Amino acid sequence: MNLTLKVWRQKNAKSEGKLVTYQVSDISPDMSFLEMFDVLNEQLISKGEDPIAFDHDCREGICGMCSMFINGRAHGPLTGVTTCQLHMRSFKDGDTIVVEPWRAKAFPVIKDLVVDRSAFDRIIAKGGFISVNTGSARDANNIPIPKQNADEAFEAAACIGCGACVATCKNSSAMLFVSAKISQLALLPQGQPERYQRVLNMVEQMDKEGFGNCSNTGACEVECPKGISLENIARMNRDFLKASLIQKPKKETGGGAM
Amino acid sequence: MSKLDSKIPEGPLEQKWTKYRSTVPLVNPANKRNLEIIVVGSGLAGSSAAATLAEMGYKVKVFCFQDSPRRAHSIAAQGGINAAKNYQNDGDSVYRLFYDTIKGGDYRSREANVYRLAEVSGNIIDQCVAQGVPLAREYGGLLSNRSFGGTQVQRTFYAAGQTGQQLLLGAYSALQRQVGLGNVQMFARHEMLELVTIDGKARGIIARNLVTGELERHFGHAVLLCSGGYGNVFFLSTNAMGSNVTAAWKAHKKGAFFGNPCFTQIHPTCIPVSGEHQSKLTLMSESLRNDGRIWVPKKKEDAEAIRAGKKKASDIPEEDRDYYLERRYPAFGNLVPRDVASRAAKERCDAGYGVNATGQAVFLDFMYNMKEKYGRAEATKRGISNPTDAQLKELGKEVIKEKYGNLFDMYKQITGVDPYEEPMQIYPAVHYTMGGLWVDYNLMTTIPGLYALGEANFSDHGANRLGASALMQGLADGYFVIPYTIGAYLSTEVSRMSAEKEKPDAIDKIKTKHPAFDEAEKAVKDRIEKLLSINGTKPVDYFHKRLGKVMWDKCGMARNAEGLKWAIEEIRKIREEFWKDVRVPGTNEEFNPELEKAGRVADFLELGELMCIDALHRNESCGGHFREEYQTEDGEALRDDENYAYVAAWEYKGDGQYELHKEELKFEAIKIAQRSYK
Ligand SMILES: Cc1cc2nc3c(=O)[nH]c(=O)nc-3n(C[C@H](O)[C@H](O)[C@H](O)COP(=O)(O)OP(=O)(O)OC[C@H]3O[C@@H](n4cnc5c(N)ncnc54)[C@H](O)[C@@H]3O)c2cc1C
Ligand code: SF4
Ligand code: FES
Repeated sequence: MNLTLKVWRQKNAKSEGKLVTYQVSDISPDMSFLEMFDVLNEQLISKGEDPIAFDHDCREGICGMCSMFINGRAHGPLTGVTTCQLHMRSFKDGDTIVVEPWRAKAFPVIKDLVVDRSAFDRIIAKGGFISVNTGSARDANNIPIPKQNADEAFEAAACIGCGACVATCKNSSAMLFVSAKISQLALLPQGQPERYQRVLNMVEQMDKEGFGNCSNTGACEVECPKGISLENIARMNRDFLKASLIQKPKKETGGGAM
Repeated sequence: MSKLDSKIPEGPLEQKWTKYRSTVPLVNPANKRNLEIIVVGSGLAGSSAAATLAEMGYKVKVFCFQDSPRRAHSIAAQGGINAAKNYQNDGDSVYRLFYDTIKGGDYRSREANVYRLAEVSGNIIDQCVAQGVPLAREYGGLLSNRSFGGTQVQRTFYAAGQTGQQLLLGAYSALQRQVGLGNVQMFARHEMLELVTIDGKARGIIARNLVTGELERHFGHAVLLCSGGYGNVFFLSTNAMGSNVTAAWKAHKKGAFFGNPCFTQIHPTCIPVSGEHQSKLTLMSESLRNDGRIWVPKKKEDAEAIRAGKKKASDIPEEDRDYYLERRYPAFGNLVPRDVASRAAKERCDAGYGVNATGQAVFLDFMYNMKEKYGRAEATKRGISNPTDAQLKELGKEVIKEKYGNLFDMYKQITGVDPYEEPMQIYPAVHYTMGGLWVDYNLMTTIPGLYALGEANFSDHGANRLGASALMQGLADGYFVIPYTIGAYLSTEVSRMSAEKEKPDAIDKIKTKHPAFDEAEKAVKDRIEKLLSINGTKPVDYFHKRLGKVMWDKCGMARNAEGLKWAIEEIRKIREEFWKDVRVPGTNEEFNPELEKAGRVADFLELGELMCIDALHRNESCGGHFREEYQTEDGEALRDDENYAYVAAWEYKGDGQYELHKEELKFEAIKIAQRSYK
């Protein structure tokens, strides 16, 4: 099939960007969206033009690196699918497709469709862990965990850190991402000792990074490729409230500081 | 002293590790703070090592080329991780895991290392659960297990089809905790492009900041390469797009021997190639072989009709199906090791029984177990006495969904076919590299102070890795082995430092001014300039695809002397053309993915040649290395233990020149035998 692409081009963080129009032809419906970009880039290289930079690695929907805003939707038209798993059979011959980077103050553009998501790593570094040094664990079957809790924790832990939730939210809120980690650990017995300090520390860092507030629109849940549920946000809010009542936020880093 | 000293501790096999661990020299806490360790790679091996070493008090710097350490390709591992816990009470033990691994590797791995791996396997599970890794559980709240190929016990722990993701996020959390505490400095979007050695010891790296193009010098008292496997030398593989050999290859050219480069794992169950445009292949986890039965039609005309789209799998009656693994290997059936399963698929397809349009695919069919195993059990549970066929399917489908849901979804997303209705079509694909940098018992390469962990080393898997053992090895290396063994070297560094009165805080400034750093940086700069200045006519991928095809055809599932000799010549030609005609757009001083790719492919073009040289020299078949000239009458791999029971460790001697060193393998605890899964 033949398609018209309007792609965001931006040389680097400092320069201004704009949409540039390209034509691609002979696209097979079995190609993935990124393979279609490979074809376009080969064309650009052979014409001596600068290929389009985009993030990707695993190309199987798990690393969370790919991140395209396609026709106004994070990861494109399908639900529950990352950009790399979107196939061209979801489009029609003659379509015009607009492709932009994630847009959020906390995710500055590096080049074209590539943005800087290191804010997520910094939030995790403030508390997205259980403080247990290597070698100090006891036998794994010592603490039975009800299957339902384990399964729910797993569902929250399935977040791939792609940032689609932020890109989708009109306030650029990172609540879905942050709450997924907080929920995972709050659902497990191992996560209890640091539970309330964790939520305070992570939320504090989230605010520092310049993510917006949550206004309960729920758009993030719809666009999340891993089906991370809004319930996590509710759980995090409950924990945050409780934490604010029982203790004051510490300036230092999470339970790990010792 | 021979150059290849594997440093295996004395004493009986079962006591080697425990004894060695408690006698290895320690570094006192005050000194640890003055010692810097560079970790290249943030996968299971790198993250677990970095976090643990930082917890111990060392100063650690971690590098990865992705935008976050959490995205290392370990994230994509699906099926599970082995551990000899014997939670299922089915007779598992450290010895049995050890034995299965040695046998699975076709007797080409080092006994002492494998035994240690089996010994620490249980601690890995304990550590991960303590970190909050949500492994699958039974209703009673205890951990659940499944079976993997090449074993007859259930010892594989898992988290749905996302085991690697969950384990990596556990290690990543531990790493980020240390980043938050200031013990680890993280360098994401950085690529190591050269190793720096001073007086023969590893002393640091040159890394390129992938956002700005700036070349950076980093000093380390030790350097750990945890940079993953090199399966992408085949262009198409189940690896991530960025997976590469560059870090290991640079070290190789600086003196680290490369072990068994030709030992490649071709995984039997991947989604078949669909067309020219394809950029990578997708694995369908081995765990599916627990419940999926592999078959092709018995009659050629049925296979032809399927290829032509005139018949579907469901049109072939039971008696006309050839469950060829169950037929050839009744004891292990669909759960034979990967190399055996892959070759058997190739044999059927080459004989004309393959099924998709290309004839390069076999069926992986869940219908029988969906209905008969799970459907019937569910019906009994719910008191349905005469379930209909449709009921059985419906009930069984629920169970299958719970076990493999995300894999089934992924398959459907990629192929457009619903595997709950029609069997999957699968074909072998390059998946894992058993070869890698040669390391001794301490995981140190032949360059003092340079270590290799995880898939990057030549590892514990011999000529074939068993499923669910790579995650185990990566985490064993990082959490439980290197934290001890690195002391043996660093304690000597401490003595040297105090003798030389090295001022710790000035190290970075003084040491990175050493001429060795100037030289290394200049080499990197020259090479980048060269790549950018060729300005030829063909993109990098053009060369990569050509190399990949040569490797797959001649150094893939079946190899022979003639083909390998041809391949060596051909690869030299492609390499020559590459350096004359590649076109790399843009400049160094910017984010330039094509430039990154060019550097990686240039290294693959050298590695590919060495792989073929290695495959050509090994005149036997073993594990994943199948030389057509050496097979038994019924087409099984024919080893030559008299002449080839050794690790081939290659030393770089200049462009296209390699010298072979041998580490003889001694089998004391296990009697070396013909491998049989019948
Ligand atoms: C699809 C798939 C499924 C798998 N499933 C299983 C399974 O179920 N069970 C199992 O046991 N094994 C499985 N494996 C194998 C296993 O996942 C890998 O062998 C293992 O995760 C490798 O871990 P690692 O830490 O050695 O390397 P990786 O996780 O690949 O990490 C490599 C790291 O090195 C970095 N790096 C590389 N080069 C450079 C450089 N030059 N400069 C800076 N950084 C660099 C990367 O950024 C990355 O951080 C699977 C593999 C694949 C591909
Ligand atoms: S919550 Fe969903 S959308 Fe947000 S980062 Fe995680 S996986 Fe991506
Ligand atoms: S490239 Fe890894 S999730 Fe898309």
